[in-house]
Amino acid sequence: MSAGLQPRTGSAARFWRSTDARRLFGCVVGALVVAVMTGPSGSASAPTSGFTGSLFRPRAFVFVALGLALWAVMTFRSRFGDVVRRANDRIIATPRQLLVNRWYRYIFYLAVFAFAIWYPTILSGYWQEVLVDQIGVFVLLALGLNVVVGYAGLLDLGYIAFYAIGAYSAAYWTGALPIHPPMHLNPFWAIPLAVLAAMLAGVVLGSPTLRLRGDYLAIVTLGFGEIIQIVATNLTGVTGGSQGVIGIPHFSLHVDSLKYVWHVKALPYYYLLLVFVVIALAAFRSLERSRVGRCWAAIREDEVAAEASGINVLKYKVMAFSIGASTSGFAGILTASKIGFIEPGDFTVQLSILILVLVVFGGMGSLIGAAMGAAVLQWLPQFLRVHPLFGFQPQDLFIYLGALLVVMMIFRPAGIVPSRRRRSEIGLAEHGVGTADAMSAAGGPVA
Amino acid sequence: MSDSTTAATTEADLIIEVDHVTLRFGGVTSLLDISLVQHRHEILSVIGPNGAGKTSLFNCVTGVYVPQVGSITFRPESAHPVTVVGRKPHRVNRLGIARTFQSSRLFNALTAFENVKIGVESRFHTGPVGAMLHLPRTRREEHRGDNRTKELLEFVGLRDRADEVASGLPYGDRRRLEIARALGTSPELLLLDEPAAGANPAEKADLSSLIERVRSEIGISVLLIEHDMGVVMSLADRIVVLNFGEVIAEGTPSQVQRDPAVIEAYLGTVNENGHEPPAAEGAPPAVAQTRQNPSAHSGGNSPSSEER
Repeated sequence: MSAGLQPRTGSAARFWRSTDARRLFGCVVGALVVAVMTGPSGSASAPTSGFTGSLFRPRAFVFVALGLALWAVMTFRSRFGDVVRRANDRIIATPRQLLVNRWYRYIFYLAVFAFAIWYPTILSGYWQEVLVDQIGVFVLLALGLNVVVGYAGLLDLGYIAFYAIGAYSAAYWTGALPIHPPMHLNPFWAIPLAVLAAMLAGVVLGSPTLRLRGDYLAIVTLGFGEIIQIVATNLTGVTGGSQGVIGIPHFSLHVDSLKYVWHVKALPYYYLLLVFVVIALAAFRSLERSRVGRCWAAIREDEVAAEASGINVLKYKVMAFSIGASTSGFAGILTASKIGFIEPGDFTVQLSILILVLVVFGGMGSLIGAAMGAAVLQWLPQFLRVHPLFGFQPQDLFIYLGALLVVMMIFRPAGIVPSRRRRSEIGLAEHGVGTADAMSAAGGPVA
Repeated sequence: MSDSTTAATTEADLIIEVDHVTLRFGGVTSLLDISLVQHRHEILSVIGPNGAGKTSLFNCVTGVYVPQVGSITFRPESAHPVTVVGRKPHRVNRLGIARTFQSSRLFNALTAFENVKIGVESRFHTGPVGAMLHLPRTRREEHRGDNRTKELLEFVGLRDRADEVASGLPYGDRRRLEIARALGTSPELLLLDEPAAGANPAEKADLSSLIERVRSEIGISVLLIEHDMGVVMSLADRIVVLNFGEVIAEGTPSQVQRDPAVIEAYLGTVNENGHEPPAAEGAPPAVAQTRQNPSAHSGGNSPSSEER
């Protein structure tokens, strides 16, 4: 609408027709919706208390303030985004340049590692528990799923099944299940067996199903996750049924005179986990940059062209699947041994989805992204639980995660720390070239 | 040089033999009793109007489609002839048959270097364990792969664009990159599906000379689908003409140009089956050679058009 035709249009009126105003409206309404969603629920005696209790309270102002802050950020981004990005590039460029140097890079890694060793010792017992049960285990799970989803582009919605297989294998080999193994092992020695079991399960499930593409694979893996949980619930004679399994012993190590038991304290598990996370990071990084990683990238990009270039597509898919599965299996055995108790309810589909969210949030195909995504998203709910800002309730977690994903997909679809390849794939998909995600079927007609 | 090379190796050494191949999709017959042979070091061109079955033939030879009838034999006269039918595409590639696609299918988010290296490495053996542990063999193969990749990029003239993302390359470069990737798999027979489609005259000339060098410098036989008659006539030693899934003519470029069946297929009055007049899609060979007008068939050759 041009000003010439309507000379009396003031700057205020023009503002209310602008994109900024629409954004402002959206942000405020969105904030109020979130305030109601997270507020108290109504009851039969006071049906409107869900609204009155959340809108006519000071906390509503907190949400509106957050909405306004979001609006300010968006407006700033649209006005000065380029300037900020350029400045940002300049600031980040210097440390990046430094990290190109191999020695500086090693020193940097060493510093991070030292921090990871030292920092938990000053945490309270509660946070040490969180660090192992909620963060460490999930970082490992996310790293494993990242191989499947991020590298090979296979959408696995039953990833937690392998976690369950790892945990139940640990229970089996330590004699905690109703059926008894040929010999009782300490869970430490059961690690390779449990990992092997998970890997085999990956191969057995993968070989027939990975011939499928895209959506079909997702459906089959979803079904597999359900099957494992239902079998664990109903095969009472083998798995202990819905009661779960108790009495899985802690890790312990006896080599000659050396004797170490992990007990209930979290910190020793943390260090064990740290070792495996570092191993996984190093191994997956090498994989990504090797022939294997390039084969995965090729399959993800264009399966038909990958086949025509001599890549055995099925073999590499199964490989990614079983590497992810064995990582998941290891996380399973660690959890089982630390907590000493597992039940089928621990292995719900929701957990598979959660891990997928962690990977997508952090950045599919990016190791640091997956690890960071898992750490941040697992830490935040715990933090909010201890410091109950805005009335956060843990049972609402998935509402927030859903909202977070929506926002992410709009503003940063490649994740918090995107991988270079992924970023350019998503950029291409936005311009209509190729299929960027694991969620859509690759390939199409051969022409 | 083309005629003398083929004359020297005539009949002596066949690279591939397609024997009475029939391919059907439900009630549609895509290829009907196709037979053809290609000699080693020969550039054999398959031409025909759109929908004639050229790409279907390629898909049969590369293992994408399995024909219901007939056999396809690679190196039929060697000590170890291999049958192609029934092998998976990656197995066919291992035999030494590489291909490019009508709508170029590069790994778009990867760099030119990575694209070619993926082809080169398909012959290597590094597995996950070797990759994770950086075993000596892995490092040797990485090194060898890098060198071969550089050579191939040099060969197709993309050495200085090695680190560019494939999707950002101009059209002609994408075509050459796809050829480099195919060459990376060390083929004996290279199948090119309309490499010049949509290219401008300068790019066409570049591609033609590249294809000629593939044959003369590396010694690879080339099976070529092409609509551009300028390219076909200048490159091909022999031409096979398909129409409605059947071979209607075969011979040297000059023989094919004069063949009445070919002229009818391209110009003829085949309108009763609801087909478009073929002349609109691919120019007749004789006319095209004199005119050399690329715009005459640009409409039928858009990269997205799929051929059965």
